[in-house]
Amino acid sequence: MSVLDLMGSRRPASGHTAVEVENVSKSFRVYAERNQSLKAAVLRRKRGSFEEFWALRDVSLQIPEGRTFGLMGHNGSGKSTLLKCIARILEPNSGSIRTRGSVAAMLELGSGFHPDLTGRENIYLNGSILGMSRKEIDRKLDEIIDFAGVGEFIDQPVKNYSSGMYVRLGFSVSIHVDPDILLVDEILAVGDMQFQERCREKFAQFKDDGKTVVVVSHGVEEMRTFCDEAAWLDHGKLVEVGPAAAIVDRYIEAGHNARAVETGGTRHGSGEILVERVELLDAAGTDERTFRTGDELTIRLHYRAEKPVDRPVFAVSVNSIEGVHVWSHHTWDAEYIPAQLRGSGSVDVRIPALRLQPGTFDLNTSVVDDELSHSFDQWVKAVRFAVVPGSPRESGGLVVMGSTWGNLQPPSPLAISGASAQAAEAREDADLASRASGTP
Amino acid sequence: MTTTTNSPGAGDTTSGPRAPRLGVADSRSRSIELLGSLTMREIRGQYKRTTLGRLWSFINPLATIGIFTAVFSTIMKITPPVGTNSGIHAFALFLGAALLPWNFINNAVMGGMNALVGNAGLLQKVYFPRWIPVIATVLSLAVTLCFELLVLVLIVAIVGGPSVLLYLPGLIPLILLTTVFVSGIALTLSVLLVYFRDTQHFMALLMQVWFYLTPIVYPISLVAEQEQRLADGGHSVPLETLWKLNPAFRITDAFREVLYDFSWPSWGNLLGIALWAAASLLMGVLVFRTFSGRVVEEL
Repeated sequence: MSVLDLMGSRRPASGHTAVEVENVSKSFRVYAERNQSLKAAVLRRKRGSFEEFWALRDVSLQIPEGRTFGLMGHNGSGKSTLLKCIARILEPNSGSIRTRGSVAAMLELGSGFHPDLTGRENIYLNGSILGMSRKEIDRKLDEIIDFAGVGEFIDQPVKNYSSGMYVRLGFSVSIHVDPDILLVDEILAVGDMQFQERCREKFAQFKDDGKTVVVVSHGVEEMRTFCDEAAWLDHGKLVEVGPAAAIVDRYIEAGHNARAVETGGTRHGSGEILVERVELLDAAGTDERTFRTGDELTIRLHYRAEKPVDRPVFAVSVNSIEGVHVWSHHTWDAEYIPAQLRGSGSVDVRIPALRLQPGTFDLNTSVVDDELSHSFDQWVKAVRFAVVPGSPRESGGLVVMGSTWGNLQPPSPLAISGASAQAAEAREDADLASRASGTP
Repeated sequence: MTTTTNSPGAGDTTSGPRAPRLGVADSRSRSIELLGSLTMREIRGQYKRTTLGRLWSFINPLATIGIFTAVFSTIMKITPPVGTNSGIHAFALFLGAALLPWNFINNAVMGGMNALVGNAGLLQKVYFPRWIPVIATVLSLAVTLCFELLVLVLIVAIVGGPSVLLYLPGLIPLILLTTVFVSGIALTLSVLLVYFRDTQHFMALLMQVWFYLTPIVYPISLVAEQEQRLADGGHSVPLETLWKLNPAFRITDAFREVLYDFSWPSWGNLLGIALWAAASLLMGVLVFRTFSGRVVEEL
């Protein structure tokens, strides 16, 4: 991933504009009561009442040739509509889109496959739908079959294919169209790991050949590493265009600020003692739901015991939004167990520096007995909180490690040193700073 | 990170030489190639999972001819005219020569009409000229017609003699003009269907009416007889003239001229069909051009 990143973002653009979007607006009709019948049309002299929904409003942007350009935004932001307009599948109401060179869209893999035709026949069919000539397909046929990895199934009707094979064949045909501009919608996650790796290689090769790629994706991390530049759309309007990493950071930050964070969660247990409320306190002691990487964070659990509970063990854990267990800590391991609790009170877990990558996380709490066998209270997803970019700024995953790069052997002058925020962080390390001082 | 302003590459676009968009000739040849591929898909897909395969395209018309012959010839005693040069006097062949082109008209109108709605998934995912699936459906049915005609020619050649082979080139303009005629209708209806889904049911009904208004199971002479009968009763209705305005009459009659009468299609019929084809195509292109832009989002 990061290898691609480096290859992509450091390569100079040709200076031409591959796609020029000028004042494009696009509306859809949202039918309150859709009638597609002649009778109704004749009787009412109209086709049901509809409202215009503006998916894009006056969007202008330029996509430089040879770059990988991301379109990002929430659902309904208009990013897919814009991609479809560039692909000419949809016609804008107003404005113009100019493209330089041939365009191919990968919106749905294997669309246009005929289930009863063989893989080979479908390659020809789909290839010509995507704009390849017969001669071109003849030439690339072996490569396409090879890349798809469907083996002897190639002469079987595609209805007998596994869904993986189907998608792989679709991807293989699409990628071999070899257009000047490739439009991709959320399909970087097809097939198994091995196939994904080959896809990434193919995309990298594509970029190296100076081709332009326009990607729509929800995966912000993918955007950051895969794209050189990005445009951020919100409710059909262009918010910002610029270097992908910066746009992604601002997008994450804005997205988390806007969202209501209290999820409610679910609770079970015998209930003698409960965690009634959780506070996430920042360094100033205010209850927050958004933190920066590296912030100080205190988790305060407010408990209430209906009757005296002996030796309760409190625990907190953090899961990523995908459910990956990132961290937990309980008072049994911490050897911090009260003899008995009754009534209300609170207990804190202090985190000196939040070592999480930007993202959304759920916090769970529990109170169990000191043999860790009886559960008084389990509160799953008690609070949801967001982490936005702070410091250290590292490239991906769930956690930050405070890592630094250095000790290049044999020593050689650095072309880029400390230009980015994370390198500036790294410079705090006195040892590294002295080593890099040759090229400030 | 490279330093990039908020509008990347601004200023470069006007100065840089703009490569022409896909050349017109290039994109046209691509469209034609795609049309070929989609037509092949239709043809290959038609009978793909059946045991009898392409045989069905012969069995179906033969069965229809059989049924209609039983009903209209045996029971209702409709007598066909004798084939002018062929000397054939067989209702089944008289019927077949008109029924095959009619089946083509019917299937192409109904199939072409469904081509946009039926290919919704594809149209929403890939850009290509929107008329292609409609025309591909019509063309694939034209190919089916050719196969069917081949069988009919074989039969009439056995019954009426091989001289029919001399007039076969006459079928070429007929098939071409008929294809153009139904293409225009299919283009119009395919768009209409996207907006009004009951077009389909309406058309199914209309095609049935059209079938019986066209002299296919009966000779045009019966219409002339009726006109005479009305005139005798004091009502002067130009029934025959009205009947001959029907483009399907022109088409089926011209096919009969070749396959039943063993002669060249008459100039009158050819001209009539050509005019209808031109009008139909004009309407189809105009309607399609006007409405096809937003068709994809209405699917």
